[in-house]
Amino acid sequence: MLSDITIGQFFPGKSIVHRIDPRAKILLVLAFIIVLFIVRNPVSFLLIAVFLIGAYIVAKIPANAIWRGVKPILPLIVFTSILNLFFVDGEPLVHWWIFKITAEGISVAVLMAIRIVCLIIGSLLLTYTTSPIALTDAIERLLKPLKVIRFPVHEMAMMMTIALRFIPTLLEETDKIMSAQKARGADLETGSIVKRAKALIPILIPLFVSAFRRAEDLALAMECRCYRGGEGRTRMKQLYFSRLDAAAASVTGVLFAAAILMDIFLPKFI
Amino acid sequence: MAIIKTEHLTHLYGKGTPFEKAAIHDVNLEIEEGELVGVIGHTGSGKSTLIQHLNGLLKPTSGHIYIDGTDIFENTQILQKTRFKVGLVFQYPEYQLFEETVEKDIAFGPKNLGFTEEQINEAVSHAMECVGLSDKFRKKSPFELSGGQKRRVAIAGVIAMRPKVLILDEPTAGLDPKGRDTILNLISDYHRAEKNTVLLVSHSMEDVAKYCSKVLVMNQGSVFSYGTVAETFSRADEIEQIGLSVPQVTRLFSLLSKEGFEAGEEVYTIARAKEILLQKFLQKGGTNDVI
Repeated sequence: MLSDITIGQFFPGKSIVHRIDPRAKILLVLAFIIVLFIVRNPVSFLLIAVFLIGAYIVAKIPANAIWRGVKPILPLIVFTSILNLFFVDGEPLVHWWIFKITAEGISVAVLMAIRIVCLIIGSLLLTYTTSPIALTDAIERLLKPLKVIRFPVHEMAMMMTIALRFIPTLLEETDKIMSAQKARGADLETGSIVKRAKALIPILIPLFVSAFRRAEDLALAMECRCYRGGEGRTRMKQLYFSRLDAAAASVTGVLFAAAILMDIFLPKFI
Repeated sequence: MAIIKTEHLTHLYGKGTPFEKAAIHDVNLEIEEGELVGVIGHTGSGKSTLIQHLNGLLKPTSGHIYIDGTDIFENTQILQKTRFKVGLVFQYPEYQLFEETVEKDIAFGPKNLGFTEEQINEAVSHAMECVGLSDKFRKKSPFELSGGQKRRVAIAGVIAMRPKVLILDEPTAGLDPKGRDTILNLISDYHRAEKNTVLLVSHSMEDVAKYCSKVLVMNQGSVFSYGTVAETFSRADEIEQIGLSVPQVTRLFSLLSKEGFEAGEEVYTIARAKEILLQKFLQKGGTNDVI
């Protein structure tokens, strides 16, 4: 079934991490990513790792969710590690034909691998604990200043919301169309790449047609309810910064500062 | 020999997760060749799941399906052949149309079957005739047709594969009364002309009573009953107990019989009701007092 796609899936809950204002969460994740790319020593990474694990435990996210999130990125991690391993200049440890492995290469490879893994796990925490709607709301609010340069912030957020909402619907639709074409003898599983690409036409065309039909229906339904963009629109769920957000910001702030300070005074990976 | 036979057919959704649910459970069926079977049941009673097993789109969790005496999951070749032997028309089949012309779309199935050019042409003509589309539709784009016409094109696309068994999942959903009658009459004519086995999934007891020879009632993933229309509606009380209705005219006559009016048989079509009532009138010499 196509519905097995779960990357970045939201785990509903009521933990502290869930209750932090989505805007605060987005900003903290941004700060987290910056810190991740500043620090370069093992102890700082250990600190960050402990912090992440702690946050996952508090949020009650199952451990296999972390693995499921990291798994699709593994090839990328392996690829960058191999590149770093062979193409960083320095004192060669092993030399064979045109390949050489340097101590610096190993350090950089390990550092980058850890960075990417932390990056994924950290950002997944955001999508695991924030509903897509809250997330787009928060993005809309955070990007509001861009209105000055006439950037259509509200429209963009609405587009994101609609897109997220329609992913499961379209998946279900694809499943249905695939079954229908299989019942007419369409062969989707065997043959050369060209043949398989051609076999997708009977699925993609009906899918596009139905996506456009749905879009038209939705647009009409929205207009019927007098939707006319973000102008003068108020929200049912207002976002408020609370004491919890201040606490979360202080805790992570202190932690990030500690990580950076350690980085200044302790030996580095490279 | 039964053309469709299932043995202990069970299908679980979400196996091994906390959401595990039996969509159909221990279904044993034998459908004889040449029947027009109405399949009836609530939403979620397992109708759609059952019919998707019959041409091998879904693999049973346990149990066997025999079409024409062969187990369809024996190997992949048999499975491929079954797809052509058992034509399945999904709900809202018009959403699967994709070709530039009606002709090409109907030819999609036969082409996958490996028909020759000539055979394809013939199959398309035959299928279009079956669904009452004249030749002038051949070169039209399926996307410029009306809803009812689109649906007929989609049904023709399955008929063109010359299946031995035709299964239609609610072919009248979302059509106006006239469109419904057209489609159902076409199916009935097709069944009569081809002498094929046809399974018709429907929500309407009226339609089933009017067109079908046998009725399969599904309830909560199991077969509730399978028999002739008369046999099925003789159990009207039980059928109402599982939340399905009997045709309104049947209900009317059962109420009448409680008042002392004897029709002498189960009545489940309006045409038959008319005959009986007229007969009674004539017997009574045209007086108003029938009872």
